[in-house]
Amino acid sequence: MATFGTLSDRLTETFKNLRTKGKLSASDVDGTVREIRRALLDADVSLDVVKQFTATVRERALGDEVNQALNPAQQVVQIVNEELVAILGGQQRRLEFAKNPPTVIMLAGLQGAGKTTLAGKLAKWLKKEGHTPILVAADLQRPNAVTQLQVVGDQAGVPVFAPEPGNGVGDPVRVAKDAVKQAERQQYDVVVIDTAGRLGIDAELMKQASDIRKATHPDEVLFVIDAMIGQDAVNTAKAFQEGVDFTGVVLTKLDGDARGGAALSIASVTGRPIIFASTGEGLDDFEPFHPDRMASRILDLGDILTLIEQAQGAFDEEEARQVAEKFATDSFTLDDFLKQMQQLRNMGSIKKMIGMLPGAGQMRQQLDQFDEKEIVRTEAIIQSMTPSERRNPKLLNGSRRLRIAKGSGMTVTEINQLITRFDQASKMMKTVAKGGVPNVPGMGPVPGAGYAGGRKQQQKKKGSRSGNPAKRAAENAAIASGTPATRGSADGSGFGLGGPKAEGGEDLAAVQKLFGRG
Amino acid sequence: MAERSWSLAGALRGMFAKRTIDDETWDDLETALITADFGPAVTDAVIEELRAKVDRYRTTDPTDLQRMLRETIEERLARFDPTLKLTDRPAVVLVVGVNGVGKTTTIGKFARFLRGYDRTVVVGAADTFRAAAVEQLATWAERAGAQIVRPQQERQDPASVAFQAVEYAKSTGTEIVIIDTAGRLHTKGGLMDELSKIKRVVEKQAPIAEVLLVLDATTGQNGVAQAQAFIEHAGVTGLVLTKLDGSAKGGFVLSVQERTGLPIKLIGQGEAIGDLTGFTPHVFAQQLVG
Repeated sequence: MATFGTLSDRLTETFKNLRTKGKLSASDVDGTVREIRRALLDADVSLDVVKQFTATVRERALGDEVNQALNPAQQVVQIVNEELVAILGGQQRRLEFAKNPPTVIMLAGLQGAGKTTLAGKLAKWLKKEGHTPILVAADLQRPNAVTQLQVVGDQAGVPVFAPEPGNGVGDPVRVAKDAVKQAERQQYDVVVIDTAGRLGIDAELMKQASDIRKATHPDEVLFVIDAMIGQDAVNTAKAFQEGVDFTGVVLTKLDGDARGGAALSIASVTGRPIIFASTGEGLDDFEPFHPDRMASRILDLGDILTLIEQAQGAFDEEEARQVAEKFATDSFTLDDFLKQMQQLRNMGSIKKMIGMLPGAGQMRQQLDQFDEKEIVRTEAIIQSMTPSERRNPKLLNGSRRLRIAKGSGMTVTEINQLITRFDQASKMMKTVAKGGVPNVPGMGPVPGAGYAGGRKQQQKKKGSRSGNPAKRAAENAAIASGTPATRGSADGSGFGLGGPKAEGGEDLAAVQKLFGRG
Repeated sequence: MAERSWSLAGALRGMFAKRTIDDETWDDLETALITADFGPAVTDAVIEELRAKVDRYRTTDPTDLQRMLRETIEERLARFDPTLKLTDRPAVVLVVGVNGVGKTTTIGKFARFLRGYDRTVVVGAADTFRAAAVEQLATWAERAGAQIVRPQQERQDPASVAFQAVEYAKSTGTEIVIIDTAGRLHTKGGLMDELSKIKRVVEKQAPIAEVLLVLDATTGQNGVAQAQAFIEHAGVTGLVLTKLDGSAKGGFVLSVQERTGLPIKLIGQGEAIGDLTGFTPHVFAQQLVG
């Protein structure tokens, strides 16, 4: 996927010429819709659903709704997002429990979708919610599935009903039926039935699943499906709908990097709600499904709003203005630099912040390489300096540097690197700040103005030498809090990180421009 | 079974039954290829190639198109060598993949496949993470008539189990060692490093003959990302495509092959022990296109 570029990249490209027009023509919309179509296909949304979806978007985009809007590009993205959320979350609901216990929940799905693991997670979750669940081992097909369920049940602290050894021995229908009786007798209020994995086209096994359903009258039949599934999602979902008529969907393996377009296909084809999302191998990695998050995941536009909110909370505008002034007057010191950095850290884990940015899917690897401790180290270096050294780095001669190196547990080379970067950054920022950039101190970018974004990009080029994720985060924060991007860039280039490649930075700014935030 | 499962052929049949090639044919072809998970990029490339061919030969006959499609796919699949290289003694095969693709099942079938050629086989149960994975593998080993090396304690380091399996093979003269690993999502850095470690540790004993990445045919375009990550961390040498008995067509392997240069070496088509075969581009393309 990385090689296709993200949707935000491509949409940005499409929107580039569009912004000035203020109005969308049919051909503009077609271009956009083509990109969205491609992106949805890359995300494994099924073709029929894509066709339907893009038709709706196109129709709405050509309607008056957009033409009268101030920022048409923004509107198109919004339409896309709204439609996505509508399909994914239209029928969102919670698990339904029976009026007279026990509630019976049956799990069904393809082989390897993660049913057994999910059974454990569900049981643990139910227990936490104050229920008394029992797990039922009705997968008598796969070798040692029964043992696996027993282990999982142990971990969750939930009893397992497993009268048959499995490995092809025993009748799953009878096991399921007995389990419900057992639960009634022993006062368990929820029965979770784990069934064997089966293919949609395997008539015999589908019949078995349907027999289990008939025998136990489950209150919920959950269709468990792997988020990585491709175009086949639709066929499989339809087959299971016909075969066992599931009442809800659970999406598993969402901790991978698949876009999970299948969610969209299944929700729109079957009309069944997605109830849970499973996000890891631990028994606690399990949560109710969030349609809005899934929507941004499928189109990889990122959770920009959350990011902006967080950044706004952490940045102090007044302080920001002062720093900008300091740039202009050349009195920016290592002290200020340190303060900046600490502010940035207040925003929480930088990795997490970057993860929320659009296109982060591609940066995952760079993210892994990005070491947050680097910030701590830089901090240590600066804190090992005397106040006068911090104010005036020119004081730093060889012996002072050696002292600092010893004090901070670093080497002199690293100290030198930091100073060099700091020098470069402050020099650069000075130029930028003095260069008559109109909205430097305190003046937030004008909402919806392409102007602010354009300026930013220009600076980016200068700053992109360091090009590390931290810088991008900083820059974004700066944009978000309505302060000049100059500050952000300074932070970043000073971190002294051997920067991974700085792709994606520019289009980030552009996407933000697109959203008209700031 | 095979007939029913390859429904791309069904989708294409109607199209090739028509008299001439028209715009609708191309649309249908695109739909069919995308539905078979070829992905937008490969689909575009294949269609472009076919359009050029159709122009060059000035044909309007859909049967020609069908033949060309089969040839194109076969050609693309045949670019890489699907032969398994198991000449070392012991030949060590490491099996890797994300969760739930069918690694353990594949190993069971693969062991049987090799036993069929009268090779002695030992499997190493280095999936010490998932509940009951060792027992599952043991059942398969028993069915296949292979030896098994189990971890000596709960949650033993998988690398040490792998090491012991190779050691066992060396001391007993067993010809082939197959090592099962825990399923891991390719995005989990720590788990991927664990895989690199297994590889390093095993290589201290004997060179690794093959690292097979198991891919589920129902996977969509994420398959490419999976392959790339596993190549980087585990040095994958070949692909195994499983669950081809379902309604999924596994068209994404074409992009995986092309993007990574890895050949498909084995395909799995069912849960029975005999449902594993070598990969032949010709047969695969034939089944796919009809």
